[in-house]
Amino acid sequence: MTTFSDMETVSDVETVPQDLLIVLRHPPHGSQWLREGLDVALVAAAFGQRVGLLFQGDGVYALLKGQQAGALGQKGTHPQIAMLEMYDIDTLWASETALAERGLSADDLMLPVVPLNAEAVAECFALHPHALIF
Amino acid sequence: MATTTARTLLVEGQPIALDPEGYLVSLDDWSESVAEALAADDGRELTPAHWEVIAVLRDFYQRFEAAPAMRPLVKAVKQSLGEEKGSSIYLMQLFPESPAKVGARLAGLPKPTNCL
Repeated sequence: MTTFSDMETVSDVETVPQDLLIVLRHPPHGSQWLREGLDVALVAAAFGQRVGLLFQGDGVYALLKGQQAGALGQKGTHPQIAMLEMYDIDTLWASETALAERGLSADDLMLPVVPLNAEAVAECFALHPHALIF
Repeated sequence: MATTTARTLLVEGQPIALDPEGYLVSLDDWSESVAEALAADDGRELTPAHWEVIAVLRDFYQRFEAAPAMRPLVKAVKQSLGEEKGSSIYLMQLFPESPAKVGARLAGLPKPTNCL
């Protein structure tokens, strides 16, 4: 099992800054925050913007494998996450602390993400003048 | 979310409910005959080239529970049908006006939400 602590911590944001940074801080279900944030990311990408996603706090739960639809047949957000690559959104960052605090490792996630330490998260914000926080 | 029925289309004796923009009210109503009737209602004729794109659209919806905007549609077509067909020009020829919107309607998908 690969844990994030085994992986080399990225101390600087290696990927070139994107046009728009979308920060996702809410888990699937319970509120519309995550869905709204992902919708904005998809719309921006549909218009040719390069979008980077940063998962922080409970937002990292959006990446969990094995999710199902919500109660009463609500759509889940996992198909939206799976769809990101079709919109050429492949810059995915996640807070290393948020993952560690929730005991999540790379094996638990649907997609590969680049874990960022606190310093790199700050740098990520600094590099993106256009950031929307959900 | 309740969708209002603006009109119905008679297909093989069955009334098929359409919303104000001509999309199916109930996605389960879709069949190849319904697609043909929707196309005929628009004055379009479906060729094998249209059908293969409709299949790509339906597969996309199966996988992601959403109808694709133009860019991801082009990408999905490129992946399934090859480089040559995965171009916006090719799709514009098949579905003039808006391939994402017209294609979704004929494929029995909801209107693409990320497509203005």
